Amino acid sequence: MAKYLLLKHYRGAPEAVNDVPMGEWTPEEIDDHVQYMNDFADRLRSTGEYVDSQALSPEGTFVRYDGEGRPPVTDGPFAETKDLIAGWMVIDVDTYERALALAGELSAAPGAGGEPIHEWLELRPFLGAAPTVSE
Amino acid sequence: MDELLLRELTPAVIGVLVRRGVDFATAEDAVQEALVQAASSWPDGQPADPKGWLVTVAWRKFLDARRSEASRRDREERLAVEPPPGPTESADDTLQLFFLCAHPSLTPASAVALTLRAVGGLTTRQIAQAYLVPEATMAQRISRAKRTVGDVRFGEPGDPATVRRVLYLIFNEGYTGDVDLAAEAIRLTRQLASITDDEETAGLLALMLLHHARRPARIRSDGDLVALAEQDRSRWDTSLIAEGVAILQKALGRDNLGEFQAQAAIAALHADAPRAEETDWVQIVGWYDELLRLTGSPVVALNRAVAVGEADGPAAGLAALATVDPGLPRHTAASAYLHEKSGDLATAARLYADAARTAPNLAELHHLTRQAARISQVLRG
Repeated sequence: MAKYLLLKHYRGAPEAVNDVPMGEWTPEEIDDHVQYMNDFADRLRSTGEYVDSQALSPEGTFVRYDGEGRPPVTDGPFAETKDLIAGWMVIDVDTYERALALAGELSAAPGAGGEPIHEWLELRPFLGAAPTVSE
Repeated sequence: MDELLLRELTPAVIGVLVRRGVDFATAEDAVQEALVQAASSWPDGQPADPKGWLVTVAWRKFLDARRSEASRRDREERLAVEPPPGPTESADDTLQLFFLCAHPSLTPASAVALTLRAVGGLTTRQIAQAYLVPEATMAQRISRAKRTVGDVRFGEPGDPATVRRVLYLIFNEGYTGDVDLAAEAIRLTRQLASITDDEETAGLLALMLLHHARRPARIRSDGDLVALAEQDRSRWDTSLIAEGVAILQKALGRDNLGEFQAQAAIAALHADAPRAEETDWVQIVGWYDELLRLTGSPVVALNRAVAVGEADGPAAGLAALATVDPGLPRHTAASAYLHEKSGDLATAARLYADAARTAPNLAELHHLTRQAARISQVLRG
């Protein structure tokens, strides 16, 4: 078994095929999209492959250490930042091929006109535990 | 309360219910409930006959489940309060459970989960914690697995090789939560070895014991791994090594070689060397040749190339590596190692850095990054 992150970008991924911003969808199209995402997660729960999913606010703050006894420095948000994460789903599957198939399915979530968005999702393997048998 | 005793009794109690005519999935649920009840009531006093207690409670759980199901369906159904006479207890219930839980229709992950619960007696929560998934996900995985084997007849002949593959997976994926999966895999393999008496199961048990013996020297205080050549061998568990070697020798003496025996033989040769420099690499290459003949696995060919590099020098190792698919995981790391040994430090540093980028786990990522850093430091003078 291996865990994978399906990463969804607000910005930074290549352009989707059905690339209409969500704000321009009809309310029904948004409902259908949300329903598709929920059904997808429920199906993974029932197959025993679901680990986690979270959505992130588009706006955040950069923070860094500024030396002993000083408060952390904050900055941003930076509107020009290229890459912006929208959210993720974590799955636990038997094979890489299964992870690819699931990512493809998630990318088919309906958008404007009820058509699949064909959104680019980033698939990243987790660094797991080292195997016990080493040679 | 003796948790291990509870877990050891699990397969036998499931076996009793199944022979009374309860289907496997229902029996497994009832026994799991009985285990939970034992965990809460035994600390106040363990029953004199633990197995009898578990059978009685599991049977009651089964009847309760049937009654509530019957009343849900609003249907009168005569329930046998006394268990129907079944065939007398058979010693191979546990073996049958092993076969069922490793049934070829199951995916590896499902077979692992089902084996740990029905044969290992672990709770769903413990299994979920060990594999770092939500408990609900693991519960679904297990109930799906039970549905998958729902039509398999209990007692259908099985193949110990499928069981060995599942036990090897449990062992090799190590230990993450509060359940020591490596130790659990060893316990279950001991159980299988005691009822099957075949060379390969003995070989698998020997392999596990020999690797488990190194565990105290294998993990640094910060959790990172220590490479075999750098381990403090005085911290290896000599009694586990002695047991593993004895089991292996007995199996090899029966002259029916298989891949686990060959792998265990390699581990035994490492265990036999008081210092890394004293390793008998020539014999190890011989065992890799056997292993390659038995499996044809490209991963074995890759490990063999590294062993050839130790036995016959880095040039021979690189020549052997050149015949192995470069797309294999750890190919770049093996190449980096052999280049360093051949004295080509610049290439080694570059390859170590490349290998780190595709490392499959954090421990290897750290190890390879340190190797690259160490050589770069030498190169800078």
